[in-house]
Amino acid sequence: MTEGSNSASGRPPIWSSGLILAVLAAVCTALVAITQRNTAPRIAANEQAYLEQSLQPVLAGLSYDGKLSESTLTIPPPHDLPGNEAVTIYRVFADNKAVAALFVVTARDGFSGPIKLLIGIAADGSITGVRVLEHRETPGLGDLIEASRSDWINQFARTSINFPARDQWTIKRDGGVFDQLTGASITPRAVVKAIKETLLYFEANSEQVFAVAEVEASGPEQ
Amino acid sequence: MNRPITLMGRLQAAVWTDNPGLVQLLGLCPLLAVTTTFVNGLGLGIATLAVMTLSNLLVSATRRWIRDEIRIPMYVLIIASLVTCIELIFQAWFPALARSLGIFIPLIVTNCAIVARAEIFASRNPLAASLADGLAMGAGFALLLCALGAFRELIGHGSIMARLDMLFGGDPVGGLVLVDGGFLLAILPPGAFISLALFVAGKNALDHRRDQAGKAASARRFS
Repeated sequence: MTEGSNSASGRPPIWSSGLILAVLAAVCTALVAITQRNTAPRIAANEQAYLEQSLQPVLAGLSYDGKLSESTLTIPPPHDLPGNEAVTIYRVFADNKAVAALFVVTARDGFSGPIKLLIGIAADGSITGVRVLEHRETPGLGDLIEASRSDWINQFARTSINFPARDQWTIKRDGGVFDQLTGASITPRAVVKAIKETLLYFEANSEQVFAVAEVEASGPEQ
Repeated sequence: MNRPITLMGRLQAAVWTDNPGLVQLLGLCPLLAVTTTFVNGLGLGIATLAVMTLSNLLVSATRRWIRDEIRIPMYVLIIASLVTCIELIFQAWFPALARSLGIFIPLIVTNCAIVARAEIFASRNPLAASLADGLAMGAGFALLLCALGAFRELIGHGSIMARLDMLFGGDPVGGLVLVDGGFLLAILPPGAFISLALFVAGKNALDHRRDQAGKAASARRFS
């Protein structure tokens, strides 16, 4: 059937088919290996740039150095942070001094499914910014938590666990200080709760968060 | 194959009479899934074109050793390695587009249009003809991806050729915005099926009209 095959002289031995496949596999593997070797540096650089770009909203106004992706810390469950998955923390340093920690946490009690949040906390415990990374909240109501749809999420900048007071760390409907969204209170409540839990975790664990990289954590919380 | 195989002949077959997507209805999974915008269609079109051309070349070059009982593993090996290479190249040079196309770049492996070219054509034809066939069939598929992407982007987003920077670099391009917003259905999965159906129907209608005109002409000649 195939042109040029020597099957006319009977079926060729099976080992020769195996040999053909093995040689072809070696050639193909070499092809992939060469490509991988030539693209790896660029791909790593792209990933780094993308990470910095996506972290940019909560890095605004901070001066930092070093590569963010190299200072990541992963906290496996169980932990006291929101969500029950492993939490990634990007630690930001400048001149070997802790500047901020960026938490990627998941609020589990949204209106429809988990809400993935990026929360930046400066070394002094104040929030540098919060962004919603992923959610499935109702379009037009709950999705106003996105920075591109309303500035609701911006009200958390410069707040901290003691400002406003701890018992006020909820939405206005529940006796707190934070605005809710018209027609949606479950979504904002979940986001506020996740931020509060992250702040509490940072307050209790800031030394561990900034530990390792021979940096002394400067945590003036209380 | 009685007539000699030329690039033009292959192109004509690939783009119109034997288009892998429009006529053979192969590779519909990526075709329907990624064509929400023109740039996505173009990106996946280029990737598929590259894989199809290279796989045709490799299959044709190794056709002396291809045996019936191991031909499918051979095709899979060749196509899978090529797709991996293309995926790495996209991640290195077109990172935004690679993120936008996501899983559909690795899924080119499963595009049966490519295996079909390997089986039907490249395994039985010399290098040059297989190269021409791969280029032509890839181009036919890519053209359909672009057309479908442009159509759905126009209806669904009201824009044309937005975000071309994902492919060519530079600052984000808004594209030509005709209408603000758009008809959301077009970029949802049902819109993909409806759009492709419209394209297939349109092509059949054109062919039908040409047939009728041809028949009328020959009838006049004999009357």
